[in-house]
Amino acid sequence: MSVTLLIEQLINGLQLGTMLFLMASGLTLVFGVMGLINLAHGSFYMVGAYVTALTTASTGSFLLGLAAGVLAAAAAGAIVELLVIRRLYGRQHLDQVLATFALILIFSEGTRWLFGSSPLWLSPPEALSGSVALPGGARYPVYRLVIIAVGVAVAAGLYLLIAHTRLGMRIRAGESDREMIGALGVNIRRLYTLVFALGAALAGLAGSLVGALQAVQVGMGEPVLILAFVVIVIGGIGSIKGALLGALLVGLVETLGRVLLPALFGQFMAPSEAAGAGTALAAMLIYILMAVILAFKPQGLFAAHD
Amino acid sequence: MGERVLSISGMSKRFGALQATQDVSLHLHAGEIHALIGPNGAGKSTLIAQIAGSLKPDAGEIRLGERDITALGVARRARLGLGRSFQVSCLAEPLSVLRNVMIGAQALQGHSFRFWRPVDSDPRLLAPAHAALERMHLAHRADTPVAALSHGERRQVEVACALVLEPQALLLDEPMAGLGPEGSARLTELLETLKHEVPILLIEHDMDAVFRLADRISVLVAGRVIAHGDGPTIRRDPRVRDAYLGD
Amino acid sequence: MTRPHLSPPHSPAAATPAGPRRWLDRQRLVHSALLALMLLAPVAAHLLGEVYYVNLASRIALVAMAAVGLNLAIGFGGMISFGHAAYFGLGGYVAGISAYHAFDGSLMMGLPGSDDMRVIWLAAVLLCGLLALAIGAISLRTTGVYFIMITLAFAQMVYYFATSWPDYGGEDGLPIYLRNSLPGVDTQDALSFFLICFAGLVLSLALTSRLMKSRFGAALTMARLNETRLATAGISPFPIRLVAFVISAMITGLAGALYADLNGFVSPSMLSWHLSGELMVIVILGGVGRLFGPLAGAILFVMMETLLGGLTEYWTFFLGLVLLGVVLFARQGVIGWLAGSERHG
Repeated sequence: MSVTLLIEQLINGLQLGTMLFLMASGLTLVFGVMGLINLAHGSFYMVGAYVTALTTASTGSFLLGLAAGVLAAAAAGAIVELLVIRRLYGRQHLDQVLATFALILIFSEGTRWLFGSSPLWLSPPEALSGSVALPGGARYPVYRLVIIAVGVAVAAGLYLLIAHTRLGMRIRAGESDREMIGALGVNIRRLYTLVFALGAALAGLAGSLVGALQAVQVGMGEPVLILAFVVIVIGGIGSIKGALLGALLVGLVETLGRVLLPALFGQFMAPSEAAGAGTALAAMLIYILMAVILAFKPQGLFAAHD
Repeated sequence: MGERVLSISGMSKRFGALQATQDVSLHLHAGEIHALIGPNGAGKSTLIAQIAGSLKPDAGEIRLGERDITALGVARRARLGLGRSFQVSCLAEPLSVLRNVMIGAQALQGHSFRFWRPVDSDPRLLAPAHAALERMHLAHRADTPVAALSHGERRQVEVACALVLEPQALLLDEPMAGLGPEGSARLTELLETLKHEVPILLIEHDMDAVFRLADRISVLVAGRVIAHGDGPTIRRDPRVRDAYLGD
Repeated sequence: MTRPHLSPPHSPAAATPAGPRRWLDRQRLVHSALLALMLLAPVAAHLLGEVYYVNLASRIALVAMAAVGLNLAIGFGGMISFGHAAYFGLGGYVAGISAYHAFDGSLMMGLPGSDDMRVIWLAAVLLCGLLALAIGAISLRTTGVYFIMITLAFAQMVYYFATSWPDYGGEDGLPIYLRNSLPGVDTQDALSFFLICFAGLVLSLALTSRLMKSRFGAALTMARLNETRLATAGISPFPIRLVAFVISAMITGLAGALYADLNGFVSPSMLSWHLSGELMVIVILGGVGRLFGPLAGAILFVMMETLLGGLTEYWTFFLGLVLLGVVLFARQGVIGWLAGSERHG
């Protein structure tokens, strides 16, 4: 277990964490403002990746592809909100779970129908496909560092949006008292559509960025979605601060666990057994973490409301 | 005055900067109605919540008879004989009046992990539930879903639910609210008879009923008991008139 | 101090008004029809020599049984568990692992395997009960969305645990080469096995029905509708919910054990959250909280899968549309549509 490997995995953990934050912030924003749980969030991740891949392939510009992907995800979000989500506000959680589960089926199979099961090709732009030297001599992909930078920028942007703009003010008001902001003359319908589209855009951004690292294929959003749920449950549903902390925590534990646990087990077990047991425990680790946190704080670390 | 059935000593509760309950002590004696009055926001419902066990006080002790129930939860206190009605009706809307009351009869007869015998035909549950409804003049509404009841009828169901527990003490939170003059008169009559069987801690705004019914009155203002005594004493007390009764 | 004794002035009159009785008949009719269909169709198929359809009926019966378990938690208990696949899969793995060790004579943690279904069923029910006890004890302290998420997460934990355990197939799953045995029954015969599955379904329906009419059921219903009222009436909600959760897991787990035997294979997908979602879909298609909802939903779901699936490989797209339609516009499900809305006592 070398220090360079450790540093490399640490940065990988941060990268996973920032991407999870993009997913989780949208999810938690929607729940905080509209009281709605949305399982189809992973579909927006997929839409972003697909549109980015297709646009980049046809125009040759990753930047254009990225912009298209984010916009497409936002548009998908707006359309879904207008057609479906609108009817779910105030309904029981079970209805929201099932309706958005239906959306997952529709998006996934619809995408598979249109584009087939094989992954689409997407790679990082030329300018960012190099690597830099880490302390210790190993080389680390620039693109991954850029992803972290984008994540941090988005976090800062969200903070500015929520704390210092009128929209942000309405969002915060909506989080604390839904009935009240209607009475205060805020156009609730437009606000909700905007928030939902914003969440979808964030998911689309995450999907587009990660799509250049991993495969762009149907169902790519699902593992990320589950992780995002763990993040917001740990952080506290409705809290963006919690989503940030939760995302970094989950990202680091998930990445480092996979590397450290087999090595740890290797200290006192046969190598083959250690690999098996270590990987098994690593896969379960964030869920164990979540269970432990919920055992002490049943509403997450930064319990908001609802 | 009879023996002490319910004793509250030194109850305190703070919510952030707000001291909702400040060192409140009061006692309920056998055979009496002890009324708790005070302006809105005085902390009456918060106090009742702490006595019933749904809110944990910061300090204080509660005794039911000889027994210290401070550490016990709501369900346990109910089984020991502390009946409670809510200010805002807290009933299962889709279920019938009878079912809402029957569940109380169930708890008295041991644990509910009985999986076999149907409840609908069990006289050991039906009888006490019907009796409680009779007492509240609601027997004719037994099979009606609560959702179809008037506001006043719901208050009556609340009291029936408390009665079916065969309580040692009753906590009634504004039972007269929303009852017309006829309903209030009937409830007043009922409470007058009832107090000899089970003492009642009564929160009420209806001053006529309070002065007619209450053997003793405590006045709660801003979380503290500012005055205590019988009807005439309270009526004459200048602090009470300032804080609450007006004129 | 004596507590007041409320003496009954007269015994309560039996209530048999015309309205509820009529409704009861219509619902009973629907229930009987579903059971009859469920029993007669495979028998007919058997007589016609169509083994495929007999096995399909077994599949419907077991999926329905798993959904009956889930319905106890979701519909009757108001606990939206998004992790019931954990129990379905655990039941399956119990059957598979037991058969595996019986097959090659090896031991699992000192215990020999068994290919006797009775042993497997007992083990499946006990282990699923224990797992649900552990998961429920933690999860039921949370509410609302947290509960949904934490049950999902625990199921994921079980999934990853199972797929990383190399001895039992890992991600490839675990085959059961020879269907487990039951004394006096030829379990290899499709119809005989179907009758076992059908018996399991009927048993779980009867159990649920009886349970919900009992004192326990009354307490569970109150816990779902108004837990403050339940506590104020002297019953603590947590233990009631936990026991209901455990029973629901046991039913689903037993269905899983049978399912593995039906397919001769324990697939890790039995533990996936997709399956949890599908079970929830089945429950809502049939009608949440209706006794026969899971059966109606399972018939509908498997029929769609078979018929639509034969037409297009993208049938889940249409399932999504149907599900969306049901949730938004036909919330009462098939049973609600056929038998009318339910009346409470």
